[in-house]
Amino acid sequence: MPQNEHIELARKRHGYRLDHHERKRKKQGREPHAHSKYVKRLHGLKAKLYNKKRFAEKVAMKRKIKLHEKRETKNKKEEDTPKGAVPAYLLDREGQSRAKVLSNTIKQKRKEKAGKWTVPLPKVKAVGEDEVFKVLRTGKRKKKAWKRMITKVTYVGEGFTRKPPKYERFIRPMALRFKKAHVTHPELKATFSLPIIGVKKNPQTALYTQLGVITKGTIIEVNVSDLGLVTQSGKVIWGKYAQVTNNPENDGCINAVLLV
Amino acid sequence: MEGKRVLAQFKSEEGALAGPPFDLPVDTNRDSLHILCNSLLENEEDMPYEFYVHDVEVEGTVSDTLDKLGGKVTSERLLEIVYRPQALFRVRAVSRCTSSMPGHTEAVISVQFSPNGRHLASGSGDTTVRFWDVTTETPLYTCSAHKHWILFISWSPDGMKLASGCKKGQVCVWDPDNGKQIGRTMTGHRQWITCLSWQPLHSDPSCRHLASASKDSTIRLWDVVLGNTLLILSGHSQCVTGIKWGGEGLLYSSSQDRTIKVWRADGVLCRSLEGHGHWVNTMCLNTDYVLRTGAFEPSQSLTATISSYTKEEIGRLAQERYLKVKGDQPERLVSGSDDFTLFLWQPSVSKKHLARMTGHQQLINDVKFSPDSRFIASASFDKSVKLWDGKTGKFLASLRGHVGPVYQISWSADSRLICSGSSDSTLKVWNVKTKKLLMDLPGHSDEVFSVDWSPDGERVASGGRDRVLKIWRR
Repeated sequence: MPQNEHIELARKRHGYRLDHHERKRKKQGREPHAHSKYVKRLHGLKAKLYNKKRFAEKVAMKRKIKLHEKRETKNKKEEDTPKGAVPAYLLDREGQSRAKVLSNTIKQKRKEKAGKWTVPLPKVKAVGEDEVFKVLRTGKRKKKAWKRMITKVTYVGEGFTRKPPKYERFIRPMALRFKKAHVTHPELKATFSLPIIGVKKNPQTALYTQLGVITKGTIIEVNVSDLGLVTQSGKVIWGKYAQVTNNPENDGCINAVLLV
Repeated sequence: MEGKRVLAQFKSEEGALAGPPFDLPVDTNRDSLHILCNSLLENEEDMPYEFYVHDVEVEGTVSDTLDKLGGKVTSERLLEIVYRPQALFRVRAVSRCTSSMPGHTEAVISVQFSPNGRHLASGSGDTTVRFWDVTTETPLYTCSAHKHWILFISWSPDGMKLASGCKKGQVCVWDPDNGKQIGRTMTGHRQWITCLSWQPLHSDPSCRHLASASKDSTIRLWDVVLGNTLLILSGHSQCVTGIKWGGEGLLYSSSQDRTIKVWRADGVLCRSLEGHGHWVNTMCLNTDYVLRTGAFEPSQSLTATISSYTKEEIGRLAQERYLKVKGDQPERLVSGSDDFTLFLWQPSVSKKHLARMTGHQQLINDVKFSPDSRFIASASFDKSVKLWDGKTGKFLASLRGHVGPVYQISWSADSRLICSGSSDSTLKVWNVKTKKLLMDLPGHSDEVFSVDWSPDGERVASGGRDRVLKIWRR
């Protein structure tokens, strides 16, 4: 018999043996074997008493397990009422898209007064003129260099005709002209392919805006009449602004976020 | 045309002759006709009338109308002038929002004025029913017992109770005087409640019985005092979208299984009206308005004295009003469906329809008879409201102006105005006579789910997804 708390003291001083917990787990794992070995030997009154005790233990264990299970199921039931209530006449029509009124005119006006537009992409990398324009050499000896070809995606309006070659300083190649943009509605989390109405602003320079160059961060106007948005006075919103979020010249498509 | 005369005869809408035929100068105008008609009918009070010759209204003089009709009438024949009595009182169109009352924390799904117009209740997606003080336009009571969105509320026709049904399928009854629940929560439906309907006041003056329709394709009749189910009517095979307890003691239920079923109050299925090609979304009885308002006459303030009446007297008053509106014809029912058509039925008489009304280009979401049952207005997802003749189902006019689906409509008590609420976040008031837009009421910041014109004609209440309840007044 130990005369003092040697083990506790040793643990305090040096910590547990490195394999202590492992050994303990293993011992516990072997316990049923020890039990059965013990039970096999038992007989008579001792066995009777032991079995009774063991039975009570097992019942308690099962009860405890059941209690835990119940607690879990109960948690599942107590869920909150879902958001987005709709009347009974719309309940069976959940699949149909419902237009949402999102233009809160007051909010927008306040923003305009502050002279600030918060856009999804507040800063864009500068795109130099040498990157956007490719110099075309013209003239019989190819020594004139006043013609430029735009190497970025552009939007030209409906019914656009090119100028005669003599006056056409900027060439906007057909292959890089776009009519539609994939516009994501940030609140509906849905994307629509919408026709572009115009280029509102290219943050690089006013010249790009004029030419209809679409780079990352450009504000474009898109036709949202298909979305069924309405103003507070109940008029259908036709055009809305969206900001381009990708590099269209690299991706071959225009992705944009609707500004609401 | 000077000095020309015709032989004329006044006739009521039912075809009863009023007075003898008489000689009438054709330049008689409407006002003189009006005086003439009043004296011929020996009215003590001056009643307003509209006059029709072959379904064309006399607006200027009789000769103008005859010109309009062209060759259809000759001065040789007896000219029958049909007079239609109009409501004595006049409801003035609402024009401004007097208050937007916040309080609900979720979309306001249904709004209803009490039968006398003195109380207002709203049910919302935040699981509460709220009572509002109409005079001061402030919240009164908040009632919470439901566990899920409240989809439908319905005032009892005596105005002493309000029933509400939720998406869990429970029905509660509330006391508007203190905002407390009456009896216990009535459970039984396995899916959400789509519609509630009280037994008409004249057959049940104590307002004890209630019918509820549910998504689980059954209808239950409840005893609200005991809080138990009296009967379960199960015959539909899909969601029951509407239930109406008619004044003739019959129950009408519309369902997504394309039928309208007619039940006796003891649970016997009388007939099944078939004709629609898709879900039946909504229906309306020509006596709906009078059944809703019970014993309360909108023109007079019975409200002050109603408490002094006994139950039997109230029942008798309601019966009188009901019979006056119903006339000697059986009740008519109009139903609107997903197949873009409306049907007009006489459900207590035959299973054949009276008329099939086509014209809408999208599903019909709401249909309402005018309080005098002369007109039917239908609201559709094709952004229009259409007007139909309440007797024959003839198309009268299309009211265009909304830019989104029209969800609900509500008639003013004098049948002269309609208010419609739409998903384009506006309410619009329409003039029935000119068939034009009278007032555009923007103000909501999101879809308008529910509109109700108070029976006293003073106010319109509307609620929608933007969670505020708005009251509109003159």
